[in-house]
Amino acid sequence: MEQVRTYDLVVVGGGAAGLAAALTAYENGIEDILILEKEPWLGGILQQCIHNGFGLHTFKEQLSGPEYAQRFIDKVKATNIKYKLNSYVVSITKDKDVYYSNDEDGFCHIKARSIVMGTGSTERTPGAIMLEGERVSGILTAGQAQKYLNIDGYLVGKKVFILGSGDIGLIMARRMTLEGAKVMGVAELMPYSNGLSRNIAQCLNDFDIPLYLSHTVKEVCGKDHVEKVVIAKVDEKFNYIPDSEMIFDVDTLILSVGLVPYNIILEDIGTKMSSTRGAYVDENYQTSIPGIFACGNALHVHDLVDYVSEESNLAGLGAARYLKGELKEDGAVTLTKNGNGISYVVPQQYRLDNIEDKIAFKFRVRKPYSGVKLVIKADGEVIKSIVKPHLLPAEMETIKLPKSVLKEAKELTFEIKED
Amino acid sequence: MYDIIIIGAGVTGSFIARELARYKLNVLVLEKDFDVGNETTAANSAIVHSGYDPVPGTLKAKLNVEGNKMFDKVCDELDVSFKRIGSITVALDEAQMETLKALQERAKENGVETILLNREELLEKEPMLQKEVIGGLLAPTAGIIDPFNLCVHLMENAIDNGVTLKLNEEVTKIVKEDGLFVVNDQYKAKVVINATGVMGDIVNELVNDKTFDIMPRKGQYYVFDHFKRPFVSHTLFMVPSDKGKGVLITPTTSGNYLVGPSANLVARDEKSTDKQTLNNVRAQANNVIENIPYYETIRTFAGLRATPSTHDFIIEESETENFINVVGIESPGLASSPAIAKMVIDEIISKKFDLVEKEDYNPRVRRYVKLKNLSIEERQEYFKSNKDYGTIVCKCEQVSKGEIIDCLNRSCPPHSIKALKRRLRVGFGKCQGGMCQSVALEILAAHYGLDKKEIPYDGPKAFILLKKTKGEE
Repeated sequence: MEQVRTYDLVVVGGGAAGLAAALTAYENGIEDILILEKEPWLGGILQQCIHNGFGLHTFKEQLSGPEYAQRFIDKVKATNIKYKLNSYVVSITKDKDVYYSNDEDGFCHIKARSIVMGTGSTERTPGAIMLEGERVSGILTAGQAQKYLNIDGYLVGKKVFILGSGDIGLIMARRMTLEGAKVMGVAELMPYSNGLSRNIAQCLNDFDIPLYLSHTVKEVCGKDHVEKVVIAKVDEKFNYIPDSEMIFDVDTLILSVGLVPYNIILEDIGTKMSSTRGAYVDENYQTSIPGIFACGNALHVHDLVDYVSEESNLAGLGAARYLKGELKEDGAVTLTKNGNGISYVVPQQYRLDNIEDKIAFKFRVRKPYSGVKLVIKADGEVIKSIVKPHLLPAEMETIKLPKSVLKEAKELTFEIKED
Repeated sequence: MYDIIIIGAGVTGSFIARELARYKLNVLVLEKDFDVGNETTAANSAIVHSGYDPVPGTLKAKLNVEGNKMFDKVCDELDVSFKRIGSITVALDEAQMETLKALQERAKENGVETILLNREELLEKEPMLQKEVIGGLLAPTAGIIDPFNLCVHLMENAIDNGVTLKLNEEVTKIVKEDGLFVVNDQYKAKVVINATGVMGDIVNELVNDKTFDIMPRKGQYYVFDHFKRPFVSHTLFMVPSDKGKGVLITPTTSGNYLVGPSANLVARDEKSTDKQTLNNVRAQANNVIENIPYYETIRTFAGLRATPSTHDFIIEESETENFINVVGIESPGLASSPAIAKMVIDEIISKKFDLVEKEDYNPRVRRYVKLKNLSIEERQEYFKSNKDYGTIVCKCEQVSKGEIIDCLNRSCPPHSIKALKRRLRVGFGKCQGGMCQSVALEILAAHYGLDKKEIPYDGPKAFILLKKTKGEE
């Protein structure tokens, strides 16, 4: 008979989300924890983000990505939490069997009493955005170029155009400029930037890199490698505006067109998924499969790692409460709904009974707003109305509501009210 | 000095090479690209047509029907994924039903089994059909195949049996001296076989006067990720019209799905994609299947077909003795490829050489390890033999370092990221290499004793890394 090791908690992914979830579960009395990390290091994508700006919320200071990660890694190392590197989780089951592979143990089967999925996200690809033109070399996602530059020590090109104003693209505009490349411009399909304002200022404006709003790449040209990109302006329906083309002679096109939660493993076992392409979760970040939790960019894409840590603390706490039998599985469920102007709300449902004193809802707006109200309704009745001077799709909003405000409702709707 | 030089290592040239490898002949294959199967073979619908559709009496009809029957054996010998999932041509109105009936008559003439289905029968097979679909023609012998590995394994097997392959060797000059061809001033042979796909007329005209044109016809496709929800399980065709064959929706052997192609005549080196054309593809496909999950798109691509001005395959000895054209191999070229190779040997080569079989000829390639499909115990056995089988390099497609190294040590190994991707699906998945490309580069570089920046994406000019940031100008 095969001896299968059972852990109280297996955390899939040792990045920002997994580390925070594991630590919080540990602090709440769960000691038998294993983190499985696919890369040769803990810290995930933070390790290639060598710029600063991390930790302002969590530590009240400016840290680089590796420094931010190290704070968590040091804490993990000071506990009994076990971790395995170079270990890729191939699949899990609804019964919480976990199959992983590495070059030490080979292909292994373990069991878990609970699982936290902190598998992060991947970048949208040229195919996903139907990039037009030739499929030549020299088209990279921003994260790919960042890994080649910051981890491997290679520059991918010397004349660069960037499509998409996502934060990684903006960061890479500055980073490649500092390494001697000429960044010719950044094109953004939307009429507003998708990156944080501070990154527009510090990464583009400070280096005189033009940002072309309502522009996109109409064609990539080249025989073997990128030789030029054709940029065009678009109207409100994203149709090209005639004669608006600009041609840039470049050897590299960097794509920073968004992240997508990476959930192959959860999708494979039929976990209920949400419109964010992350799992559908409850107030404790538990997925539709009891005992399996999800957090961080695997759940929905965050702007700041600080928010990932905060959310993952809750998932880790949720796992600990689950293991201690503190989570009620019956009782009334309230569904959260995105009303006018809201693209999604996390969590997608809650049980009032399982909320200790307050609950944080995260949401994004579909387009920029100013001078509007965020209105929250319980079964149609307004329970909260907040004036919002500015709302941007690029910036995730969080609203914390005390349990006392929440009603036993069927639906809690979030909507934007414009006057 | 060679007996035979094959120009072009697409599926046509590779199949001929593999069949010639059976005999005591000295065979050289010259390929302009940095990998075999890098053009039309790499960018098509990946299907083996049943053969009911081509006009009876044409080479297309004859070779498609013959070729289709040959795939089970060759794919077993060469360890290539092939599944006879059947194709269904769907009718959206009564006029199209009439066309299907006429096609069924044509199928009978071609000797291909087809079954006419009404809507209810169709829905049992394909539950997601649009309500406008009223019937369809099922061809049970149609299949899906992995065209990348078909071509690679054909060449691997050919090389294992003594054929020589030279990559990056574009043929620009052929002269005939003393009854022998001299190719690129360097390679001599008695017989030259022109299997150059969209370049077919240009290479022919290196030795002959123009007798045909090859017009590149571009087809654009969507590729969807693999997912476990139900979608389509047959290759779905539209009723052909004067506008063309229309688009198809099909699973692939890897569990992905293809939607396409468009069809437009283009310049020879043009493989760009554009939204307008892809939106037209989408609109056509939407007539057949409900709620097609375009959000699962992981790639769009374009491929070129070698459309001949003669409207049929050109498989013949040219005006120049011993210069053999095997060109104009457009659809159903892949399905016909085994029969094309057989025809070339039986009808042409056998008359020029005394064909003696090699005593040690082996029709099989060494089986490829596909860890993903193995049990825990089997995987653990591989791991015990080599720790590299424990390291998963490509996460989306679950490919281990051990599998990559095994592939690199074969006789038709990958030299580029694209070549590796085609062979093992490294970088083929959801993230398109975003997570693993740098590791794949490292493995290739270590194997060839090169720096990472010397490993290209495709051909040698298609670099990925420009230069080191430290210690390099």
